[in-house]
Amino acid sequence: MESGTLETLQLIVSGLANGCVYGLIALGFALIYKAAEQVNFAQGDLMMFGAFVALGLANESHMGLPFWVACIGAIAVMAALGWLLERAVLRQVFGQPQIAVVILTIAIGFLLRFVAGIIWGHDPLTLESPIAGVNQHFGTLVLGLDELAVIAVTLALTGLLFGFFSRTRLGIAMQASSQNQLAAYYMGIPVKRIHGLTWALAGAIAAVAGILFASKGSIDPNTGLLGIKAFAAAVIGGFGSLPGALAGGLIVGLIEPFAARYVASGYSQIAPYAMLILVLLIRPRGLFAQVHAKKV
Amino acid sequence: MRTAFKTSYAQDIRLFPDVRRALRYVALVALAAAMPLLLDDFLLGEATNVLIWAIAGMGLMVLTGHAGQASLGHAAFLAVGCYANAILMDRAGLPFVASFLTAGVITGLVGVLIAVPAFRLHGIYLAIATLALSILTEDIIVLAEPWTGGVIGLVAPDITIAGVEVDRYASPDLFYWLCLSVVLIVTLGYRNVLRTPLGRAFVAIRDSEISAQAMGVNVARTKALAFGLSCMVTGWAGALMGHFVYTFNHEVFTVIISIQLLVMIVIGGLGSIQGAFWGALVLVSIPQAINIARDGAQAAFGGSMVIPGIETGIFMAILILFILFEPRGIHGRIAKWTIYVELFPLCRRDMFRRQKSFLKTERMR
Repeated sequence: MESGTLETLQLIVSGLANGCVYGLIALGFALIYKAAEQVNFAQGDLMMFGAFVALGLANESHMGLPFWVACIGAIAVMAALGWLLERAVLRQVFGQPQIAVVILTIAIGFLLRFVAGIIWGHDPLTLESPIAGVNQHFGTLVLGLDELAVIAVTLALTGLLFGFFSRTRLGIAMQASSQNQLAAYYMGIPVKRIHGLTWALAGAIAAVAGILFASKGSIDPNTGLLGIKAFAAAVIGGFGSLPGALAGGLIVGLIEPFAARYVASGYSQIAPYAMLILVLLIRPRGLFAQVHAKKV
Repeated sequence: MRTAFKTSYAQDIRLFPDVRRALRYVALVALAAAMPLLLDDFLLGEATNVLIWAIAGMGLMVLTGHAGQASLGHAAFLAVGCYANAILMDRAGLPFVASFLTAGVITGLVGVLIAVPAFRLHGIYLAIATLALSILTEDIIVLAEPWTGGVIGLVAPDITIAGVEVDRYASPDLFYWLCLSVVLIVTLGYRNVLRTPLGRAFVAIRDSEISAQAMGVNVARTKALAFGLSCMVTGWAGALMGHFVYTFNHEVFTVIISIQLLVMIVIGGLGSIQGAFWGALVLVSIPQAINIARDGAQAAFGGSMVIPGIETGIFMAILILFILFEPRGIHGRIAKWTIYVELFPLCRRDMFRRQKSFLKTERMR
């Protein structure tokens, strides 16, 4: 292969891997929006926190558990944290306008960042992960194992969640409780408990995203601000659509390396947000619109 | 216990409900005007800061508190006002009063310009679009270097009003009075807008767009006006902020400031002018309170106790507590106490209980 196409291919793969991380965070947004009609601005910070929990469990300098045990531990801790947040904080604004939840989750995000800064400090740390820094050779193409793992896990998770929402009783109950809380109550769905489960699930996904992100590079408390970019991804894809979240993540992930490569510096970092505003203006409901006309 | 006995409809929209309250506000203004005589230079600077944040808060309050459109991007309009004012003074050589007023008008027009496409966006999408706008503005300021000075930023030009030089450092009392007069004009204007059909249309749109439309309110036009008014006031706050911080670049107007502004008015109390002032007071006093507490702790236990990010941490914790226990903010709390005292002993426990409500999806229409 000539070097030009090879370089493009490498850009595409690293863009896809980055996009998958955005997609994973966006998946958390979409999940909570789909199942609880809440917009969780803290998802990026939950991811950051999940990464730190995994790091605290796995790294030699902290607890030094085996990597896979630490992964499961981090997922469990983050699921518990998600459930706890819903139980203690978000349940108090149950049934209130969405903006109350937005402001509340923004505040939760800031607090998570603050707490992570106190526990793990503000210097960048790296997760000691077996998939970090290992390269896989395909002919002349060199790909990082971490990047491949991110892509594979993201695809698998999206498929799993998609199946969960369309096939299982619990998934359909979650959708029902987001569409009309009162009607869902009448159908015998315990809406508040469903919200708790949703947040636990979002916490677990945040932990997975955090572990994968931390395997790709270093993390610090401000990593959570990545959530804003993932937010753009979720909106581009169409809020509340799981494949849309992944697609949006991939679009944002792919735009970035190409904008950085071909557009003057300074202009490249605004590309995702410019894209977001463009999508909002042309298709306000995102590419995979989730808005349905009411059937009367 | 006091009773309100109404004899005409005009009574409902009087500037002040009764004489006692009018006198209370006169006393408050007198006290505010006397601040330069009571405070030292440092505290006077903080008081000025409170006033500037209160103007910005009132700007956002029109939009979010009264018209019900949440904006997570008002730092962008602070920036537009600030840079427009500085550039008009520096490049066009306008005197302060002219450039200050023009900067507000420019920001208002920019706001309307942004509001027009934003009508297609509802609730949460509007919040996201404004958030993206705020992030973009930071980058645009850096990119528009010939005008904005890029990363280095600009230095606020000197203010001269009627031959008197008003400088933040050399004459802090004059700068304070300048901010105070802007606050008074904006507050009076705001209060009066709320008494007009336009102000009632804002509230109608906030409570239900559909019923507002049914009552003959032109929703698109009213939203555009709300955006325009809100951005104009925010632009003035931005212009004053530029003079207050003296040198400014893109880092003064980050998206964090946008969020802080929204959080501030929620703590103060959405849907009330007083809320903007309470919020500003809390926002400015938290760092000072932390400093005092830190000095006290260091004197007691020794060693240094610098915890990075503690200001935002405490601010956000306060916000969470308010949303959980007093969703109407500081102003709502005070209003409840006032009602309790005025109705004593007739106040019942469940008088302020929130109505139980359930949410429906926005995705079905």
